[in-house]
Amino acid sequence: MLKDKLGEVIESSTTGFTAECYELYSLPPFGSLVKTADPPVEIYGVVCQAGTSSIEPGRRPIARGKDEESEAEIYSANPQLWKLLRSEFRVLVIGHKQDGTVYHYLPPKPARIHAFVNLCSPEEVKQFSRSFDFLDLLMNAGPQVPVEELVSATLRQMSTAQEDQRSFLVAAGKELTALLGGEFTRLKAILTRLK
Amino acid sequence: MEERTNPLLGTVVAGSVEKGVDIRLDAHASVEDMVVGRYVTIEGKKRRFFGMITDIRLGVTDEDISMSPPDASDPFMVEVLDGTATYGALHVLPMLTIGGDVASIIEGPQPVKTVPSHFSRVSLASEQDMELVFGKEDSQRFWIGNPLDMETKLCLNLEELVKRSNGIFGKSGTGKTFLTRLLLIGMLQKSRATNLIFDMHNEYGWEGSSESAGRKVKALKQLFPEKVAVFTLDEENSRRRGVSTDFTVRIGFDEIEPEDIAFLRQTLNLTEAATEAVYQLRRRFGRDWIQKSLDLADADETRDILQSMNIHESSFQNLRRGLATIRRLPFIVSKAPVDAVKTILEYLDRGMNVVLEFGRHMDITAYMLVANMLAHRIYRRYQEKTEASMAGNVAPPKPLVITIEEAHKFLNREVASLTIFGTIAREMRKYNVTLLVIDQRPSAIDEEVMSQLGTKITCLLDNEKDIDSVLAGISGKNELKTVLARLAPKQQALIFGHAVPMPVPIRTREWGTEASYKEFARGLDVRQQAEKDIKELFD
Ligand SMILES: Nc1ncnc2c1ncn2[C@@H]1O[C@H](COP(=O)(O)OP(=O)(O)O)[C@@H](O)[C@H]1O
Ligand SMILES: [Mg+2]
Repeated sequence: MLKDKLGEVIESSTTGFTAECYELYSLPPFGSLVKTADPPVEIYGVVCQAGTSSIEPGRRPIARGKDEESEAEIYSANPQLWKLLRSEFRVLVIGHKQDGTVYHYLPPKPARIHAFVNLCSPEEVKQFSRSFDFLDLLMNAGPQVPVEELVSATLRQMSTAQEDQRSFLVAAGKELTALLGGEFTRLKAILTRLK
Repeated sequence: MEERTNPLLGTVVAGSVEKGVDIRLDAHASVEDMVVGRYVTIEGKKRRFFGMITDIRLGVTDEDISMSPPDASDPFMVEVLDGTATYGALHVLPMLTIGGDVASIIEGPQPVKTVPSHFSRVSLASEQDMELVFGKEDSQRFWIGNPLDMETKLCLNLEELVKRSNGIFGKSGTGKTFLTRLLLIGMLQKSRATNLIFDMHNEYGWEGSSESAGRKVKALKQLFPEKVAVFTLDEENSRRRGVSTDFTVRIGFDEIEPEDIAFLRQTLNLTEAATEAVYQLRRRFGRDWIQKSLDLADADETRDILQSMNIHESSFQNLRRGLATIRRLPFIVSKAPVDAVKTILEYLDRGMNVVLEFGRHMDITAYMLVANMLAHRIYRRYQEKTEASMAGNVAPPKPLVITIEEAHKFLNREVASLTIFGTIAREMRKYNVTLLVIDQRPSAIDEEVMSQLGTKITCLLDNEKDIDSVLAGISGKNELKTVLARLAPKQQALIFGHAVPMPVPIRTREWGTEASYKEFARGLDVRQQAEKDIKELFD
């Protein structure tokens, strides 16, 4: 389990947290299901935002590859870059698990700083996506996140863990239709991204 | 409650007793499998409702979908939307409730007085449900057809049916004659009534024809020779068609009464004054009034006679032309060799069913004259017999059903009060006589008469006025209109009224194949067997 850890929590709140990757660029895919633990509670969330930037907020990287043959050579010529840059991702909390039961609503407490963040295994994804009740939380992701993109990415990611991908997506689509009554254009935007 | 055999269709989402209930179809139930006129059961909390699908609708939860529909070639999108944003909806008219309260346990299905609660589950009525409501084929119930899209036999209780006058309607070529033939067979198999049929087009006695099959089909006497007699007004024609007739009807001039002429006023083009004159002539000349009137020479003497009766010359000429039309009818003789009424009554008394063929005399004057005259005199005999039976210990006459075609000619607003048929329709079965009227223009029939008909069976009608007159006074009229308008152009009919617990559209039982004839012979066996059983029980 430790081997799979992606990074650790560096900022946290009830509805989400931010994690920093241990390796530069080793970001989990947009929309993938991740978890962190605050025993006895496991907190589940989806990756809703990710990025790489300078460690020091004030200092921006400068272009360095003018005389290099390839991008890789930039990094080998400037090994300090690996230390000056960092990759971070933002997670939207959509549920938690306690005593083996999955709940599709917010956990009692936010994640702790420095808690490890792991990518969920296909089995965990399957268990979590047995119900679509989490869609409601996803849809209310807030203004910084492109909701249609996030919902479709999450469902696409989850579908790869299912035996019957298509019927999973159809069922999810039906659930969305009910949630998005009266907002056909949004629904259509999501559905076209599900294939 | 009994086990459900049919899959669920959907859920009740709205409704009222007056207008019926709306049902949202489940995603798995396709609208295209639904048919107007089919029966469904609704599982209410306390009772089970029985109703008919009267409309099928496509619904969307969002108007934008109809505005910019998704690409139909995108099966994923269509599958997602199906049953969620786009759904099928049914409109159902609940008609009966089964179970739940004491009354319906004891007396069977009850008329609806409420609606099923929200989210009650709906499924197609099963064959058992239909049997529970309409009853099984038995010694009184006759299989007339099948509810649309169902295997169940729809059976009518004929003993009940003949207690009132009934009507068969539908535009030309929709199956009225076939239905009537079936009903007549049913009556002679499963009721105590005897039939007198005024057979304008020679279709009921020996054989008729089927347009679609392009061949002859058997009629009553071929199948039930021991129960049916064919009388004819045109012996030669009957013989040429190979019909074995039992009696040739002749009408004597001296039998025609002023009322018989007055009733033909429209058809004979008589003026009011000419009609008046009829009564005066009868008074003056007695029984032979027609012959004598026609014999009046064109002389001064005649003019004096007319003047003494206050009859205008032109009225008299008008009347003479009318009377001459009647005299030209080949079955009219100055004196009938055998009394037709008496003969018919003898046959009816023996329990024989009498079909009177008109042969080539298919014109409406002949039909109206003969049907009205004979029915009138026969009815009077039934009246006497019934009154006698009420006074003493004579048995009342067996119920009689008189079948007439082109019924609006006899029962329109103007003449309904003049004809015996109007009287029979209004008096119900006071004297054990009822009517079976067949018509393609029910709107021309007097409303009062229409409202007296116990059971109506109507094939497709397309004239708005006709539809209105047939459905007048029935609850759920608008819904049933949709059902009536959707009937197939042939061999389908809507039955409603006294003899059925609720309106039911049917596909009329097949008639005309060897197999169909055999089925009917079997029906007879059932009755005979039942009679035998009863005999054995009591002997
Ligand atoms: N029950 C039936 N069985 C078989 N054929 C039928 C039946 N009802 C109607 N038809 C077909 O429809 C045609 C028209 O029916 P018919 O009873 O003569 O109509 P109508 O009397 O209303 O003018 C028939 O000739 C026959 O081919
Ligand atoms: Mg006919």
